[in-house]
Amino acid sequence: MNFKRISVLTATATVGLMIAGSASAGATFDAVKKKGFVQCGVSTGLPGFSATDDKGNWKGIDVDACRAVAAALFGDASKVKYTPLNAKERFTALQSGEVDMLPRNTTWTYTRDTSLGLNFAGVNYYDGQGFMVSKKLGVKSAKELSGAAVCIQAGTTTELNLADYFRANKMEYKAITYDSSDETVKAFEAGRCDMLTSDQSQLYALRIKLSDPSSAIVLPEIISKEPLGPVVRQGDDEWFNLVRWSLFAQINAEEAGVTMKNVDEMMKSADPNIRRILGIEGVKGEFLGVEDKWAYNIIKQVGNYGEMFERNVGEGSALKISRGLNALWNKGGIQYAPPIR
Amino acid sequence: MSHDFAPLPDLPPPAASVGAIGWLRRNLFSNAINSLLTLFAIYLLATLLPPLINWLFVKADWIGDSRDACTSGGACWVFVSARFSTFMYGFFPESETWRINLIYIALIACMVPLFIEGFRHKVKLGLFVIFIFPIFGFILLFGGVFGLEQTETSQWGGLTLTLLLASVGCVAALPLGIILALGRQATNMPAVKSMCVLFIEFWRGVPLITVLFMSSVMLPLFLPEGVSFDKLLRALIGITLFQSAYIAEVVRGGLQAIPKGQYEAADALGLSYWKKMGLIILPQALKIVIPGIVNTFIALFKDTTLVIIVGLLDVLGMVQNALNDPNWLGYSTEGYVFTAFVFWIFCFTMSRYSQSLERKLHTGHKR
Repeated sequence: MNFKRISVLTATATVGLMIAGSASAGATFDAVKKKGFVQCGVSTGLPGFSATDDKGNWKGIDVDACRAVAAALFGDASKVKYTPLNAKERFTALQSGEVDMLPRNTTWTYTRDTSLGLNFAGVNYYDGQGFMVSKKLGVKSAKELSGAAVCIQAGTTTELNLADYFRANKMEYKAITYDSSDETVKAFEAGRCDMLTSDQSQLYALRIKLSDPSSAIVLPEIISKEPLGPVVRQGDDEWFNLVRWSLFAQINAEEAGVTMKNVDEMMKSADPNIRRILGIEGVKGEFLGVEDKWAYNIIKQVGNYGEMFERNVGEGSALKISRGLNALWNKGGIQYAPPIR
Repeated sequence: MSHDFAPLPDLPPPAASVGAIGWLRRNLFSNAINSLLTLFAIYLLATLLPPLINWLFVKADWIGDSRDACTSGGACWVFVSARFSTFMYGFFPESETWRINLIYIALIACMVPLFIEGFRHKVKLGLFVIFIFPIFGFILLFGGVFGLEQTETSQWGGLTLTLLLASVGCVAALPLGIILALGRQATNMPAVKSMCVLFIEFWRGVPLITVLFMSSVMLPLFLPEGVSFDKLLRALIGITLFQSAYIAEVVRGGLQAIPKGQYEAADALGLSYWKKMGLIILPQALKIVIPGIVNTFIALFKDTTLVIIVGLLDVLGMVQNALNDPNWLGYSTEGYVFTAFVFWIFCFTMSRYSQSLERKLHTGHKR
């Protein structure tokens, strides 16, 4: 370790930024291929995004992002090892090479994309901050809630967004902060606050935690943009491409109607678009450094984007989140992937 | 004819001073304030206990394998039983959990004779448990030799990880702490002394959570590229150094409590420094500080839950993770009650063991 690197690190550490002096360049793709598995940094537990089932297997939409990459690279979605990470240590873990990719419900922001030595490979979930209120209040919109007591989790961007929103609408509010989501929801249930605010994907999970979930409703307002997506280190474009196109392949497959179930039939399809997605004609897997069937493997083993969504957070799960912004661009949402051709 | 004096039989004590009533009067209603406090305590118990017992046992659901089984409104222990193996073994491969069980069984088999009075080879067995057993345990846990499948430290979790962290922390920190305490007392070696003081004051001055956080977040940035330290090892080193500083201070308290005459007597016998310490001072000093040492061990055992800050999932971490499974949302109370119970069992056992140790080693030094 040379002196320059130490001084860079010390300086960045002091100002609270964590930039890896020189993130390993171009090496991730080869290293992952050589070791034979993807080291995947996930949240220590977030409903629908990453949590373990009764057998201790990781499940969730973030987990599936890693499985899709493993399916594309190795033809086997199970070749993933997970590192549960805290919100605070997640970027260091990626920068230091402890994990290869970080799909950890991480909001894509200007600062994170530009100053941390990281790249966001795409958006696997468009989230936004919303409100949950008790049904008894009979409120239809957050704008009717001037003077309300709001339960929030401390130390998140949620707090700042809330302040912005109320100030912009010239309304008063009283913030009651809690440390964990369990505390927040218990306080809401006990009536210590009129509404609860969090990312919408989490509001649905919090609602299930109420003893009577139907007693609360999630208001339609979204007051912030929270595009969540997988993050990789800067400097290895091959790896970046693979992560990005693994997600795009899933979105394209949904658009083309290719599912986990019918993917084998679709191999015989005459539709040139489908044939290109499945690697039968036209484009070659070698552009990504993988075999031609890479997208087939993803869809066969992980499913298309819609299936992944429904299974983890949508109708197929306990959360029952509607597609909303995450519907395809031609179905009223904004999920849109460049074509495979 | 002389008349033998036969005293009349004693009158029985007043009815209100013996038996249950007497006990009540002496202990619970001895004066007005005590009576009030007693009534208040009874009131509290009467209002709190029935709903608690009702929730914990009577209305609780015990059997089933999904949240559908929890319908009666009490505690849903199904949640705990369905996820019990993840709480115990973390992410250890299911086919390999016998290895962890074997470690537990072997450990218990080694420990039981230590508690039996009159067992002859206690010292040998104790040394075996401290020096050989960890190697045996490590081989079983880690694998990779003798045809055992190799596991990774990231697969270690749940109670296994908690016990691993706590036992390594205790076993490694005790000798280190004793050395540090002796170093701090060594007035004739100023360099050693000031190093020990510096070390102890540094590690005692920072919170454990900071130590763990630094080891996980900052350390990787300072290491040369490609060199990565195992996360668990980093946490273990941090915990050990932290704990040794505390042990050192407890042991120093014991050293200071030994009368100066003992030191002088040892010197007068011509014993070397290590013999003096090993034969005269430390056996007495350590005996005095057993409660203090066990106290720090219990504190450490509970502090191990902080490793969740670096993404290691100990028993509490696994419970919290399970609370985020969409299929089990909303059973946080059950999860935390279960974790508290697990911790209580271990801490209580430790405290009882220390008390029995104190009684056994009691040689009249206690007042």
